[in-house]
This record gives sequence, C-alpha cells and structure tokens, in this order.
Amino acid sequence: MHRVGLVAALWLSAAVALAQPLGAERAKLLLTRAGFAPSADEIARFAPLDAHAAVERLLAEVRTTAQTPAPGWVDEPIVSPRALRAMSDEQRKAERQRAIRQSLELRAWWLREMVDTSSALTERMTLFWHNHFVSAQPKVRWAQLMYRQNALLRRHALGNFGALLHAVARDPAMLIYLDSATNRRGAPNENFARELMELFTLGEGRYSESDVREAARAFTGWSVDPDSGTFVFRRAVHDDGEKTVLGRSGRFDGDAVLDLLLEHPATARFIVAKLWREFVSPQPDAERVEQIAQRFRASGYEIRVAVRELLLQPEVTARDQDNALVKSPAELVVGFVRQARAELAHPIGGAIALAAMGQNLFAPPNVRGWPGGEAWINTQTLLARKQFLANALARDAVSKGIAAMASMTEPAGETSPASDMKRRGALAQAHAVRLDPAAWLKAIGAVAVEQPLDAAAAARLADALLVLPPTSTPHSQALAFDVLRATVLDPVYQLK
Amino acid sequence: MTTRRQCLGVGGAALACWAFGGWARAAAASVPRLLVLIELRGGNDGLNTVVPFEDGRYHDLRPRLALRDDAIVPLGEGMALHGALAPLRALWDAREMTVICGVGYPQPNLSHFRSIEIWDTASGSEQYLQQGWLTRAVLQSTAFREASADGVVIGANDLGPLAGGARALAVADPSRLARQARLVGHAEGQARGALAHLMRVERDIARAGAQLRTDTAFATEFPRGPFGLAVQRAAEVAATRRVPIVRVTLAGFDTHQNQLNVHATLLRQLADGVVALRAALTEADLWRETLVLTYSEFGRRPRENASGGTDHGAASVMFAFGAQVAGGFIGDPPALGRLDDGGNLPYAIDFRAVYATVLQRWWGIDSARVLGGRFGPLPMLRV
Repeated sequence: MHRVGLVAALWLSAAVALAQPLGAERAKLLLTRAGFAPSADEIARFAPLDAHAAVERLLAEVRTTAQTPAPGWVDEPIVSPRALRAMSDEQRKAERQRAIRQSLELRAWWLREMVDTSSALTERMTLFWHNHFVSAQPKVRWAQLMYRQNALLRRHALGNFGALLHAVARDPAMLIYLDSATNRRGAPNENFARELMELFTLGEGRYSESDVREAARAFTGWSVDPDSGTFVFRRAVHDDGEKTVLGRSGRFDGDAVLDLLLEHPATARFIVAKLWREFVSPQPDAERVEQIAQRFRASGYEIRVAVRELLLQPEVTARDQDNALVKSPAELVVGFVRQARAELAHPIGGAIALAAMGQNLFAPPNVRGWPGGEAWINTQTLLARKQFLANALARDAVSKGIAAMASMTEPAGETSPASDMKRRGALAQAHAVRLDPAAWLKAIGAVAVEQPLDAAAAARLADALLVLPPTSTPHSQALAFDVLRATVLDPVYQLK
Repeated sequence: MTTRRQCLGVGGAALACWAFGGWARAAAASVPRLLVLIELRGGNDGLNTVVPFEDGRYHDLRPRLALRDDAIVPLGEGMALHGALAPLRALWDAREMTVICGVGYPQPNLSHFRSIEIWDTASGSEQYLQQGWLTRAVLQSTAFREASADGVVIGANDLGPLAGGARALAVADPSRLARQARLVGHAEGQARGALAHLMRVERDIARAGAQLRTDTAFATEFPRGPFGLAVQRAAEVAATRRVPIVRVTLAGFDTHQNQLNVHATLLRQLADGVVALRAALTEADLWRETLVLTYSEFGRRPRENASGGTDHGAASVMFAFGAQVAGGFIGDPPALGRLDDGGNLPYAIDFRAVYATVLQRWWGIDSARVLGGRFGPLPMLRV
C-alpha cells in the first residue's frame, strides 16, 4: 500500500513537475544520472529548463565521435600473429612492451574524453555498450581493434540498436573475444552464439541449447583477416544448410539470425530493463519497462526513444534512498573532476585508479561485464574510492603533487624497471587529479577555505554535491575545507 | 612468533588486549576453525599436477607435455606429483595432505567465469545463484557472529564464495587496514537500498580496522613474489584468530600454449606457499585448527593441443592440507579410457561433496541446507 501510494505521489508530482523549470536541485539529479556529476555552470545551464526541454537538450548535444584526438598509433597496421612468430625474442619483448604502453594510453584517452566531452550522455552510453557488448583487451590483444570497437560503440551510442547489433557482430575485437574468428563449419564454436542470446539480446532462459547450436552454424565463416585485422567472410567454412532458430527454419546466415533476435519482443524488454538499472533505479518497474520496450521496438530500435522515456521517469529527479544507484568508478572519478572543475593532471594515473576501484577500462572481467550496482562496493574497492578522493583533497595535495611529478621524471636509479614502473604508477595514481579547493568552494557559495562554515552554508554545500542528505553533519566550528572533505568522503557521495 | 603490539594505553587498546592478551584464547574459541582456500585461477591442469604416469594413454595423449620419470615424485598407486610439487612430499608423508581425484560436476561448463561461478556458488550447471556457498554457510550458522569478519579475500577483487552478503573483506594489504579505516565515517542510523550496503561495508571496514591487528612477526620465511606475499598476508590474518575464512588466489593457469614452463613455475609457487603457510601457522599454534583446500574452475583437456598447451577441460584434482586431514588418495586415477564426447575427463566426485565435508565435518553445519541437497561427505578428515 505504502509503496503504491508513493509511486502514485511520484507520478502526480512528476506530471506537475515536468512542465516546471527544473531548478538547481533537480537539474543536478538529472545531469548526475544522465552523465557525470555536474559543475555549478552545467547546473545553471539546465536549471531554467523544464524536464522535457532538458532531456531534449541532452539528446540534441549527443556526439558520434570523440573530441579528444586519438593516440597516434590507432591507424598503424596490426602486427599479425605470423609476423610476431617471425620475430626474434628481443623484438617480441619490445612488441609486448609496446602493447602495454598502448593499452595504458588507450585507457587514458577514454578517461580524458569522459572528462572533457561536451556530451556526458554520449560517454555514459558508450560505457554502457562497452559493458553490454563486452570485449576485453587481454584476449583481443591489439589495442587498435579495441579503439575501433570503442569508436563503433560511440558512433551508435544513441543511434539504432539493430544497426549497432549488426555492426558489433562483425566487429573484429568482438570476433576475436568470443572466438567467432575460429568458428567453422563442421565443429562450430558456440561461444558467440550463446552470449549473443544470453547477454546481448534475449536474456537468459528465452532460448534453447538447440537454438544456440543452430545459431552458431549461421555464424560460421565470420572471421578476422589476421594481416589487416578487419572482418572477412570465409565462404569455404560457412555452413549454408538449413537451420532452425527460435522455431523458424531457413538457410539462415548470421544477419538473418540477428534479425530473428530483433523480431523477438524479449530483446527490447531486456535492453530497456538494463538501461533502467543504469539510469532510473535498481529495480525496474515491469509495467513501465513493457511500455517503453514497446515504443522502442515500434520505433525500429531507435535508442534515443528508450533513453528519452527513461530520463523522464519521475525517479530520475527524485531524492529517494530506494532509487539511489551506485556510481561506477568512472562516474565517481569523472564526476568528481567535472564537478570540482579540477584538472585531470595524469590521465594514466586516473585509469590506474579506476582499475584499483574495479573498473579497468577496455578490460571487463568477463563477457558478462562489470556486474555493477552494489557489487561495485566491497571493502577493497570502497577504500580505493575513498583513498582517491582523500588524495585529491589532502591539504598538501598541491605541493605533494609537484614533488611527485618531479620524482616521476627522475631516472630509475638502482631499482629494476618493473619496480620503477610500479613506483611511477602509484605516484601517477595518487596524483591523477589536481584541484583548487578555494575555487570549488567559491563556486558552491562558500567564502574562504580555512574559515568555519555555518550550518546553513554546510547544508548548501552538501546539497550541491550529494544526491541524498549526508549521513553525518559537520560540527559547528568545522572549517570549510574540512566540511568539503567530509562531504566528499560521505558514503552518499558514492551514489547517483 | 612474537606479537609486537603492546597492550598499553586507553580506549582502543582494550580491544587490542581483548584480541591478543589474556582473553585471546577465550575469544578464539568462539570463532569457527580456520579454512584457507587457494584458488588456482585459469583452470589448473589436473593431469600434470597429479600424474597417472603408469597409464600409457597419458603418454599417448600428451607426446610433448607428458612428464618424464625424472620430473615427477611418485606417491604410489601409479600416481605421482609434478616434480615442481616436490616440497609437498613432506606433507604427504606426514599424512597432512589428501589428494581428491576426479572432482567436477555434471554437464561441465567450459567458460572460465561461468564455471568459477558454479564452484563459488555451489550451483548446478544450469542453476544461477546469487550467494556464494560460504556466504550461505555463515548466514545460516550463528557460529560466525563473534568473528571480526567472516572472511578475508587477499589479492583479488571478487569475493568468490563469500559474495552476496557475508562480512567479507577484500584487502590488498591487511596491515594497512587500520590506517585506511580512518577514511570511513561512523555513520549511524538506518538506511535503505544502496546506501545501506555502503554503510554496511563501512562498518565492516571500521570493525576490522579496529580489531584486526595483523602485526604478527613470523620467523617463517615466505617465498618471494606476489603469491608468497599473499600467503604471508593470509598467515597474518589467520594469526589474529578473528577471521575463520581466508582465500588467496594464484592466477595464470590458463595454459593454452607453452604449458610446461609456465605450469611448473606456478606449481612451485603453490608448493612453496603451502609449505610456508604450514610453517607459519605451526608457529602461531594454529596449524592443528587449519584446513587448506585448493580449487580451480576446471581441469584441462587430456589431449594436448598444437601449441604445446591444453584447452579448457572438465574434471580435475583438489588438494586438502592440514593436521587433521586423512591423508592419501580419495577417488580413482583419471579415467583416460572414458573421455566424453568433447574429449574431457568424466567426474567421479562432485565438488559439492568436498564442500559438504567442510561444512559438516569441519564446522558442524547442516550441509544440505547450505548446498540445497545432500552431497558426500568424503573421508577427507580424521575428525
């Protein structure tokens, strides 16, 4: 009863609220959910708009390409396995080191893009698809292919899901990651076909083992050219016999199977429910998911149709513990930097920090991706999150950061290259972000850093930075800097 | 072994004295006996771990990878340890090592993550459970309540068998916990949803930071390298007598290519680690109350592949170590004459029978409730 009443009240207030200007509070909630925690400037830009206009603006600002220049090597040809085999041990070792460097640069590049982008929603959706159509660099190996996949996911991030699905099925990184590249007639490899149904479209339990086997036959011959790293269809190993998938029979090829999956109503429901957990609340509302899924499907799978509806759900701009979601490490770090107008001084360090928090970009733990939600938080990852925030908000952060930068450029000395790399990595991680607490406090209305903050000002500060009231309140004589630090270290800061 | 911490001062010292001083034994008595899990991540090749060296089929299936007579340590019954495991011979002779053969489960899944999930949650092949098997155990038993944490996971981000609600700490370095614990607040009061979870983890950190003083200095020398360090951390946590479950992970067993060297290196680390753990816990007067179990998501294909490696397989071997294990073999040598359609070894012992033995015989917990059915138990322990 209570729950029903609450939802009804939410709906009623939502109907009224949709037509009114958002105001600072609801603008903050919307922008945090749809992107990363916003700066005061971003809030001011959206506060005068009503919810519809605000969501339309977010959708209008969507990008299809990154604005950060890609690392120089992304267009270099890949080193084929054959070329690798022909190399000397020395050359192979150099190749390995190059691959490690490239993977660090790639992660740093994406983190930089998330911080700088003019469309936070684009990056959130790119990250969403990265965690949906999972491929991971340790298996794919070639950083160029991971970069190309990332560009593909961004190009379609708020485009058409059907087009994205067809493109991903041909994406070289995906073909390698799920072993399609070696899927041949006679002894088909079921890896891709299974995950396609279980994790990419229908969801578990909506298909049979026979559907998996038959679909795997349809994808035989979808492979990667090892010299160019591009998609190639090998007709000679393709099985073009009749298959039966989801009760339909025909001489299906891979594209035909993808279309069958797109025709199935479970696919839209599965995607919308997952988007709901990303943007709206931990527990999807089955009835509203069904409505949105029907419109999503009727639109021919236009992703923005679903995202628009989801961002207009009343839970998005309501302060309520039950609806609170855990920020992913990327959301925490990028949101912190954007909110504080801080400087991402060492993006590689930032990417290493994300890994310590359990989100190593381009390397989800398995094909199911990062489980997300409460699973983001365990003792180790929560301490890594807090340590990152505390490092950035140490009183001596600036002087320490300068010393660290100087030390990073020092020669390794007596230590081994590996331990020196570790030392530099730890320094980079600890000093990834540089911020000016005075400017941040000023932007949220406090006057001086080392002056006591009165209760009203402390409450304003918490309002500006948190999506729920803090779990503890500062004592009355606390200095502004300490209130800021305590607010950021409050468990509520981990929520969106 | 010396405990450097002094029971002096006021406030927090009372807690430290409680954990380490005169009351330590009383406190320890209320925490269940220690289980140390060693996860061999990546799928350990059981056939080259415990080798059926007298079986001609082993040599036929593995022209390049079969271990020669000078690279094995015979145990009897036609079976031998990989030569890199030679340090374990002392435990075998002391009957402090049980080898459990042919462990697996019906309808084996050859995906790393799905198969480890099956092991971690003790589910059926087609069953998806949210809670780890040890989480279900600690939630169903009152015996774990006195512990400072139900379990500590060292060197991995996932909580594995402790996922889904146990008071489990994932820590890189337990000795830093007390210092890092200052980063968490002391938020009181009720919360719902994700905030409740965050506050629970903060409380776990605060409690462990206050109670777990891992400053035991062992005379034991631990092996160098990350696994040796993890074993040292495990011994330090165990020596607090405040944590009944510790898991460490040794990764790299996914030996699709050039297996011989890689596998030997890993097994040497495992053996040296177990020997050091035994020494350290003997020092701490804890070894008698310790059970060590190794596990891996699956074994590997009996037939070697063309790259000098082995692909994902099914049934494999587990080790149990401790002063109270029965010693010797459980189960039969690998059934190389009865490979399944995929060329994999059939299982003879369900891994859940091993878990049932731990639950029932080691801790006295009703295993059927935890495992959702009756398995085992096996004659793995003397108790």
